[in-house]
Amino acid sequence: MSANHYAIEVEDLVAYYGSRRILDGVSLQVGYGEIMVIMGGSGSGKSTLLRHLLALQTPRSGSIRILGRDITTASADMLHELRQSIGVSFQGGALLSSLTIGENVALPLREHTRLDDSIIEITARLKLEIVSLGGFEHLYPAQLSGGMIKRAALARAMAMDPKMLFFDEPSAGLDPVVSSELDDLIIKLRDTLGVTIVVVTHELESAFKIADHITVLDHGRILISGTADIVRNSSIERVQDLLHRRSRPIEISADDYLHRLTGG
Amino acid sequence: MAETSFGSVRGRLVQLGRAATAVIEEYGYWVTLLGESLYWIVVGPFKRRPVRLSATVAQMVSIGIAAVPIVFMLSFAIGVMLAIQGIYTLRQFGAETQVVLGIALSVVREFGPLITGILVAGRTGSALAARIGTMQANQEIDALRVMGIDPVRFLAAPVFIATLVMVPALTLFSDLAAMFGGAVYCQLELGLNHVAYWDQATSFIVINDVTQGLIKSLVFAVIVALVGISNGFAVTGGAEGVGRATTRAVVASISYIVLADMLFTYFLNR
Ligand SMILES: Nc1ncnc2c1ncn2[C@@H]1O[C@H](COP(=O)(O)OP(=O)(O)OP(=O)(O)O)[C@@H](O)[C@H]1O
Ligand SMILES: [Mg+2]
Repeated sequence: MSANHYAIEVEDLVAYYGSRRILDGVSLQVGYGEIMVIMGGSGSGKSTLLRHLLALQTPRSGSIRILGRDITTASADMLHELRQSIGVSFQGGALLSSLTIGENVALPLREHTRLDDSIIEITARLKLEIVSLGGFEHLYPAQLSGGMIKRAALARAMAMDPKMLFFDEPSAGLDPVVSSELDDLIIKLRDTLGVTIVVVTHELESAFKIADHITVLDHGRILISGTADIVRNSSIERVQDLLHRRSRPIEISADDYLHRLTGG
Repeated sequence: MAETSFGSVRGRLVQLGRAATAVIEEYGYWVTLLGESLYWIVVGPFKRRPVRLSATVAQMVSIGIAAVPIVFMLSFAIGVMLAIQGIYTLRQFGAETQVVLGIALSVVREFGPLITGILVAGRTGSALAARIGTMQANQEIDALRVMGIDPVRFLAAPVFIATLVMVPALTLFSDLAAMFGGAVYCQLELGLNHVAYWDQATSFIVINDVTQGLIKSLVFAVIVALVGISNGFAVTGGAEGVGRATTRAVVASISYIVLADMLFTYFLNR
């Protein structure tokens, strides 16, 4: 059965916001212990795809299997269980602002385990230590810099030792050194713990450094999906535009353009 | 020409339809929210996912205990006003001493619950919409969800428990404070001593009057929680959205409270 081969299996995913089609027949697979990088221009639907993988949104059609279970039809209890083996670091961190970062990291453990308070605290400190935030556990998110928030969010994502990690723009807004450390950490998580990792990113250098596979989205469709080398050497023009930061040519007819401007 | 006017009529109908759908959707959401909160309160402990006690206590403190001074002040003032008006009215019939009856009944049946409801709507309705709305805007709600922490259990259920306990409690307190305000004024104006005042008052009030006030206060509690929380969860569009939700929560919950009060007063007194 294919469920045994892939940690994530997306088939023919179609998603709308209102009447606008955002994802149009997206299919992709991510193997266990693999790092998949999702790239694409702004507004191409990367975050939307991620939200669907996390079952935060229900697709119009298509199926999404995570760790062998179809999350589009899963019951609430099944999702609840599944989510304990998944960690997510959101683009803006999304730490609970009413809790210190130590409490933020401890929260999943408090909610899902019956561990002793002292053990939970030690675990939380340990996770913060991993992202070089040891000793900061008493600060509130509002007292942290943007980069520290990102790292704290990563620590929280790792709190439950998940089988799978999702990152939305992990290195955007980080200084080059920290960003490179983060890449190393992502690779280490895969190599030592066999974590399956999905990363949405704009940073080309980081993408090629960490990726086993890369999927490039464009206007809600998959432009190309394959190993880093296949993508690098692709002859597709839009892919090369993205890789070489070329500005995109206008791809709309004069009539359509006029129509759009006049709002008709 | 004909087509344009038809078009505009159709446009209005479409607008009306959309507005109606939005309203029905909102009420539908209230039912879901209330149902889910009750579900977590009742079933949560058996699924090892109880409503957090610490959050419930924190909500009780901020909804109930922190409101005590303002509830006292306003209720006391209302009691004094009722005494002034009552004495003025009754003096025309030479029946000033009957004022205690008027104060007691209108406080316990109407003003205690109403003033408490409106105060809680202003304090708690806005705070809820702002807090949950900010969390929604910052993706904190999404983060809770993907951590397997149900936002309704985590955020909404403690609020329902807290309002359902604290609003009736505050209402009883408000009743006492308003009666006290009346007592102070009656003593100054009529020389009626406190013992006589409370004696009269308690002999007039029957248990039904108090229950009526408390039933209303339970309804107000649910209204404040529902309107505050649902507006918070519905926030879209950043800080501006939070501001809109906050204003909307206060205005809507006060309006619903006054309307519900009217309906309940009508039906409970038939
Ligand atoms: N809540 C929403 N309501 C309506 N449309 C939305 C919403 N969120 C996103 N969209 C639309 O969906 C499209 C894809 O958005 P998405 O956030 O997935 O892009 P993205 O690839 O993550 O872009 P970026 O790299 O800028 O983050 C955009 O055109 C956006 O306008
Ligand atoms: Mg995005």
